[in-house]
Amino acid sequence: MANPTARPLGKRVLLMGTCLCDAFYDDVARATVEILEHFGISVEYPEDQTCCGQPAFNSGEWSASRKVAKHAAEVFAGDLPVIVPSGSCAAMNRHGNLLQFEENPDPAITSLANRTWELIDFIYNGLGIQTWPGKFEQPTRIAFHRSCHSRGTETGKAVRTLLSSIENAEVIPFGQQEQCCGFGGTFSVTFPHISGQMGTLKLDNILDAKPDMLAGIDMSCLMHLSGLATTQGRPVPHKHVIQILRDTLMS
Amino acid sequence: MIGNQLIDLYARNISDEKQHSVLNGASSGTDKRYQVLHKDYDDPDAIRKLAASIKDHTLHHLDEYLAKTEQALVSRGVKVHFAATGDDAKQTILDILRGHGVTKLTKSKSMAAEEIHLNPFLIENGIECLESDLGEFIVQLDDDIPSHIVKPIIHKNRREIARTFQREGIAADYNDDPETITRRARVFLREKYMQAEAGITGANFICADSGRMLLVTNEGNSRFGMAPVPVHIALVGIEKIIPREKDLSVFLNLLGRSATGQQLTVYTEFINGPRSANQPDGPEHMHVVFMDNGRSDVLASNCREILRCIRCGACQNVCPVYRQASGHAYRSTYGGPVGAVLSPLLFGDRFPELADLPKASSLCGACNEVCPVDIPIPDLLLRLRDKAHQAHVHSPAAIPMSPFAVLATSPSLWRTAMTMSKAMNHLPIQVAPIKPLQDWLGQRTLPESHGGDFRKWYKTRKKG
Repeated sequence: MANPTARPLGKRVLLMGTCLCDAFYDDVARATVEILEHFGISVEYPEDQTCCGQPAFNSGEWSASRKVAKHAAEVFAGDLPVIVPSGSCAAMNRHGNLLQFEENPDPAITSLANRTWELIDFIYNGLGIQTWPGKFEQPTRIAFHRSCHSRGTETGKAVRTLLSSIENAEVIPFGQQEQCCGFGGTFSVTFPHISGQMGTLKLDNILDAKPDMLAGIDMSCLMHLSGLATTQGRPVPHKHVIQILRDTLMS
Repeated sequence: MIGNQLIDLYARNISDEKQHSVLNGASSGTDKRYQVLHKDYDDPDAIRKLAASIKDHTLHHLDEYLAKTEQALVSRGVKVHFAATGDDAKQTILDILRGHGVTKLTKSKSMAAEEIHLNPFLIENGIECLESDLGEFIVQLDDDIPSHIVKPIIHKNRREIARTFQREGIAADYNDDPETITRRARVFLREKYMQAEAGITGANFICADSGRMLLVTNEGNSRFGMAPVPVHIALVGIEKIIPREKDLSVFLNLLGRSATGQQLTVYTEFINGPRSANQPDGPEHMHVVFMDNGRSDVLASNCREILRCIRCGACQNVCPVYRQASGHAYRSTYGGPVGAVLSPLLFGDRFPELADLPKASSLCGACNEVCPVDIPIPDLLLRLRDKAHQAHVHSPAAIPMSPFAVLATSPSLWRTAMTMSKAMNHLPIQVAPIKPLQDWLGQRTLPESHGGDFRKWYKTRKKG
């Protein structure tokens, strides 16, 4: 199944804030708005948005997830680019939805797929910003977890390039970078042992590299890893890439 | 007890020794594959995609290619048989063996044979049947089952194998030096090759244009198995056909690298057919048994891409769930990502019993990233989850999603729920009588709820 390719640009965008930012990580959504506005983009946040539908989709309850996806497609109807600070929700819009509607394609769903950008991909490839005029006060070693839903997309390269261009920042390598953090949404609930082992291994690999902070583009992975780390008594500072971009930006 | 999913339970109860063997064996497989592919090719992805398109083309025209292959094989003097089911295949092989008066044989590694449990069937029917691949030989000695497609004993370490050899009288004393183990197996097997009256193999590829069959091994055991015997039987899944010999340049380059991190497997045998007049040795009789055993049904399903599989095991090596749980957790011949797709499909009548396998994945996609034929395994896992739901097959720990759907399609309810979620910050939710939540929070600290805070900020900021 082909992924949509050509995506719209423009000075006005719609923000799909994600349910995790709605519930826990308001500052990530806020940083998204602040950075986009910094580049002169007007950001609209449709009030009636809820979730992309991925929890039900991944559970195999496609009759339920199609309803949620259709709701999202209605809320984000139109021609404007849809920006998501999450590789996972972006993959749901761009790929998962096409899969669950492949037998009965829906124009609104296809349109949403064609207009969705993962946030850092949008900044790098959409806005063409390929170096970041930011600065850390101290040399900062960043471990970047390329979350799984960004496999096969431009996001990983975009993040590495932007973070590396920040003054005093170093994006450090760590072991088995291709491995998953073990979250997987409901997977972590129905496979608690395996999920916990996966997360612990991931943390071992990350912490062995002695980073000053952990960065990611999906708060779900970071929530899982930091939640495990805190319970295991080895908390790790973690931020969404957009927070790092905002915090290091020289005004 | 934490979690109800069978694979999670299996992983919880696995011994540390076994888990470490699987984790280390699988991880090193992934590393080797990556190094060799990227050393030799600028763009390995382009080759994977080419291989996928050749396989897709073949599967799309499988009826024609099967007929063409049969014709080519027959013209080489091969007897061709077709078996609709595993039982048919077993009976066909038994009949061939009886027809030739065979009572002893050696067998090289074949996943198709594992799939239909050929070995125990032949033994029950009075035929001495010895595995000649070292890993499979050890599996047979231990009355175990393989846990990996190319490394059947990935779950064992050399100490266990040394104990097995001593126990079974293959060796007089305990010695866990790998070279000694291998030498001892070799001495034992050489004797058996000479006594055998037939050799059974699988096939890695059969070329439709030439009718030649390809076998790859690292031990040369299939050559030994065939050299001294008058009868060769190959059991072949119908999806093993490729259109042309020249397509092997794609598949052989990918297979060795993906499976074991080798540029080419140590032995690559082209089987031309039965022994010809000017050949000094080799079987005078060659039989190919094409087996369907559910493959036509898979071809007709929305998961047909899984039939591209060339059995390299790269998806098993890279899979974080497989690494924790081992192949045995999948309760079927095929473990790991490929097994989670193939098993519920191939063993159609066992679908309800195996419908939990596709759920054993965080959908991380690493399997697709390493697959030499670019099988979209996560998509297939998802389609199978949907299929299970539609068939009302519910795995034990499933979380019902209809309440979520109601919430997520009612914006005002959703907003209220978000705001109310802040109450969690003041409630001891760790002791809430919700089992999965308790289990989750036993290992992980949940961040503080900021439900609705962004919405509030966005609105007030607009006003201001």
